[in-house]
Amino acid sequence: MDYFLTEEQQMIVDLSRQIADELIIPQRAALDESEDFPTEILDAVAKADLFGIYIPEQYGGIGAGTFEIVLALEQFGRGCVGVATAFAASALGAFPIMIAGSEEMKQKYLPDIATGSKKAAFALTEANAGSDASGIQTTAVLDGDEWVLNGTKQWITNAGEARIYTVIAITDRSKGPRGASMFVVEDTDPGFSYGVKEKKLGIRASSTRELIFKDCRIPKDRLIGREGTGFITVMKTLDKSRPGIAILGVGLGQAALDEAVTYAKQRVQFGKPIISFQAVQHMLADMAIQLEAARSLVYAAAKHIDAHPRDMSKASSMCKVFATDMAMKVTVDAVQVLGGYGYMRDYPVEKMMRDAKILQIYEGTNQIQRNVVGQELNKEYTKA
Amino acid sequence: MKIIVCVKQVPDAKDVRLDPKTNTLSREGVQSIINPYDRHALEEAVRLKEKHGGTVIVLTMGPPQAAEILRESVSCGADEAVLVSDRAFAGADTLATTYTLSQAIRKIGGADLILCGKQAIDGDTAQVGPGLAVRMDIPYVTCVRRIAQVNDKSFVVERLMDDGYDEVEVGLPALFTVVKEINEPRLPSLKGKMKAKKLAITTLTAAEIDADVAQLGLKGSPTWVVRVFAPQLKGERSMIAGTVQEQVDQLAEKLLEWC
Amino acid sequence: MLLIDIDACIGCGLCEANCAFDAIHVVDGIAEVNENCTLCGGCVDVCEAGALKIEGREREEKDGLAAWSGIWVYAECRHGRVAPVTFELLGAGRRLADLKKVPLSAVLLTDQAGDIPALLISYGADQVYVVEDQALADFTDEAYGNALEDLARQYRPEVILAGATAIGRSFIPRVATSLKTGLTADCTQLDIQPEDGALLQTRPAFGGNIMATIACPNTRPQMATVRPLVMKALAADPARTGAVINCRIAPERLQSRVKVRNFVALEGDQVNLNEADIVVSGGRGLEGEKGFALIAELAHLLDGAVAASRAAVDSGWIPYPHQVGQTGKTVSPKVYIACGISGAIQHLVGMQSADTIIAINRDPHAPIFDVATYGVVGDVFEILPKLIEKIKQARTSSI
Repeated sequence: MDYFLTEEQQMIVDLSRQIADELIIPQRAALDESEDFPTEILDAVAKADLFGIYIPEQYGGIGAGTFEIVLALEQFGRGCVGVATAFAASALGAFPIMIAGSEEMKQKYLPDIATGSKKAAFALTEANAGSDASGIQTTAVLDGDEWVLNGTKQWITNAGEARIYTVIAITDRSKGPRGASMFVVEDTDPGFSYGVKEKKLGIRASSTRELIFKDCRIPKDRLIGREGTGFITVMKTLDKSRPGIAILGVGLGQAALDEAVTYAKQRVQFGKPIISFQAVQHMLADMAIQLEAARSLVYAAAKHIDAHPRDMSKASSMCKVFATDMAMKVTVDAVQVLGGYGYMRDYPVEKMMRDAKILQIYEGTNQIQRNVVGQELNKEYTKA
Repeated sequence: MKIIVCVKQVPDAKDVRLDPKTNTLSREGVQSIINPYDRHALEEAVRLKEKHGGTVIVLTMGPPQAAEILRESVSCGADEAVLVSDRAFAGADTLATTYTLSQAIRKIGGADLILCGKQAIDGDTAQVGPGLAVRMDIPYVTCVRRIAQVNDKSFVVERLMDDGYDEVEVGLPALFTVVKEINEPRLPSLKGKMKAKKLAITTLTAAEIDADVAQLGLKGSPTWVVRVFAPQLKGERSMIAGTVQEQVDQLAEKLLEWC
Repeated sequence: MLLIDIDACIGCGLCEANCAFDAIHVVDGIAEVNENCTLCGGCVDVCEAGALKIEGREREEKDGLAAWSGIWVYAECRHGRVAPVTFELLGAGRRLADLKKVPLSAVLLTDQAGDIPALLISYGADQVYVVEDQALADFTDEAYGNALEDLARQYRPEVILAGATAIGRSFIPRVATSLKTGLTADCTQLDIQPEDGALLQTRPAFGGNIMATIACPNTRPQMATVRPLVMKALAADPARTGAVINCRIAPERLQSRVKVRNFVALEGDQVNLNEADIVVSGGRGLEGEKGFALIAELAHLLDGAVAASRAAVDSGWIPYPHQVGQTGKTVSPKVYIACGISGAIQHLVGMQSADTIIAINRDPHAPIFDVATYGVVGDVFEILPKLIEKIKQARTSSI
């Protein structure tokens, strides 16, 4: 369908598509197998200026919005969700600085993130703090001119690869949700190290590790925004980033549909290509319908977020749930269409199915997203 | 350093094929691309600029639609673009082409370094680079696989030979043709694409490059194509079937007979 | 441009049927040309009504063309070794010279001629022009180009042939440009046009998808570089006699602004791909360096060279000088064995002129089988080790 993109938006699509087709797709199976971080691909993405899409021009970026980053991520997701996750995680790490950071902080960090010379990462999750962020154990205590961090963050995407980490820690437990604050930690800070690389079901090209803080001392001005605003920054960050995860589902769904239709046209059984059987046709049709509906919702949500930065939650959560549930279903169906071949690693759809699962889990499980939508409905109807 | 990169728009070979029924080149879906070797020349020019400063100008001779590859070159790092275009250039062979390009380069003030791809994939002649250098009366090195040293007024480069490579030194101005081995060309950048979109391309006609009409296009071309035909398919084609061992036995028999 | 005489055109469609570029169509009974036209003239020759003409391509009756006579072969010699293509060119040149009843000459530019002139005569040369000068110790385009240019101006050959080698393709364009004459690169066929004795030079274009025959009617010499391994050398006849003409070139003409500082030979026992009779080539299907070790062994057994597709080179399994195809080398060996190469058109253009192509691939639909003389559907890792074993056995038992 024609979404009436502007010329600049079309450029972003074309360039991202070229990167997906020429760099990502030829390497995705090998990266999945070796679980290596896609450094070369991300270097090329950086040279293409794409790390800077969403960063304002005064910090060396392109100055475009959520919709534009979504357009790029759709293509990368079509190529490989693992590679796309590594790319998207840098934006997620940068958002807290963009949302709540001081002017000095923005000037210090955003230009390097925009050029891709330094990648960022976002650190929220801990062993006992997943969907319930109030279980955070990591602490930050002010000692003279320095904050001292202690604790361990878990399953942090881009850990070990990023140079800039935005980390939430408890600064005053007695204040409950208002007792958490966000900080910038640099990879070279003393007392900061990484845990082992996790072994994952999918998105194996992305790096997932622990961040370990042992009396990690950082300068006082690394506090993002005011003390006690950590949770608010986290919520705004996730509201802003979720369309990015949603669109990975759309890109992935597109890739799965492409494989399924191509296969169905050439696979002959009972003397006919299997696409001529209604059972297969209907599966493909349902895949295409759900995919296009998801794309429309994600595009609309992204545009809404760009236009209404104070009213992001519902649109953001709705599109994340719908598009990632779609991706799971469509990739499972794609494996079904390819039958036994689909189950083999010689074909890309089994990887797509494995990759799809994380989309329903990370950056807020789809169950939590439904909570958000429900709560927002409750609020809306109370006002009325 | 002022670097001119000569680029050519060519049909993408993967799309070009002969229709066996009609014996014509099937043009359906044939895309026009930058000659692949020229991409390496452009990349090397941009790298030299990034390292040593200067300007990269892309130059092409071709129909108005060849402006596309100039814009693509700018999106990949070139600064300026010049299109030499005139009906009088039609049918040019390499001798007429080098004349035209040399006149255009003189018109834009010459260059410290001219880079070309080793050859174009449609004609495969590899003659324009050397011919252009002769026209400009500057030294040239063909099949450069590495620029080893950049000195103030000279370069040390490696040229690929059939039996290895020569390390040669040459003063500027000079012309190099490059092989693919020299670098890995980058993709366009978003900022480059935006710049390319707005770019004003300098277009030069035969009159504007002060060309002698007798040396242009068909008139200036000593070689004439007298016939174009489909290559003959060689002999019979057959498949060697059977078990692995049977296949191997038949293959070995043939190989031992020839080798 | 292509001119169509609409009064003469009978709308027969012969031009349309013979256009390789889809550039001319009969519309409402009259031929119409479009922007695809390359002015190749294919339609002009077939038009029975004489309705087509290419403007600017009128044969000039130039004086003085007849003053150019004789066939020359540039005898390529580097590091004391005569390139094999030289002998092939002498074989081809001999035939042309005999057809035209003119002498065949070789031109040798070297710092040390030694026995080479005699060798060239034994392979068919009637005479050898020799420039022996220290300035020619290293190959430089300027010194070699100027020397050949000066000799050509002095002795006026009608035809100059050289190998389409790294050296030939580098400096011959210099000579042609300086002499303001035509040059046809990478020819695979040479003939004499019976009517006027002109040299017809046939070469592949568009990566071998079409063939073009080219002439150089109005200027002399007619120059061509010729692809190695295409022409046949004559058997050397040591009893043949010929003249050796020692020539002197002005020292300033042998100066070069490019200085050769060092030469690095191909490592190990790598064979020059362009000169190999047997090429064993590997692609993505070889899955890595181990696969290439297998084809290297086979190549060694067959006294051939190892080549690769772009996919294999890009994967880092083998260095670039081995790459065959559009952005690599073009080879025309007697036998090309493609192992685990799917046969993308970019690869095919670099090898499809081989005399015999053997393809081994798991995928029966791989396009390589469209050009293969013999196709084998199977796993290279099963077939190659057995094939190597079989050839070894045969070689041992035959000794």
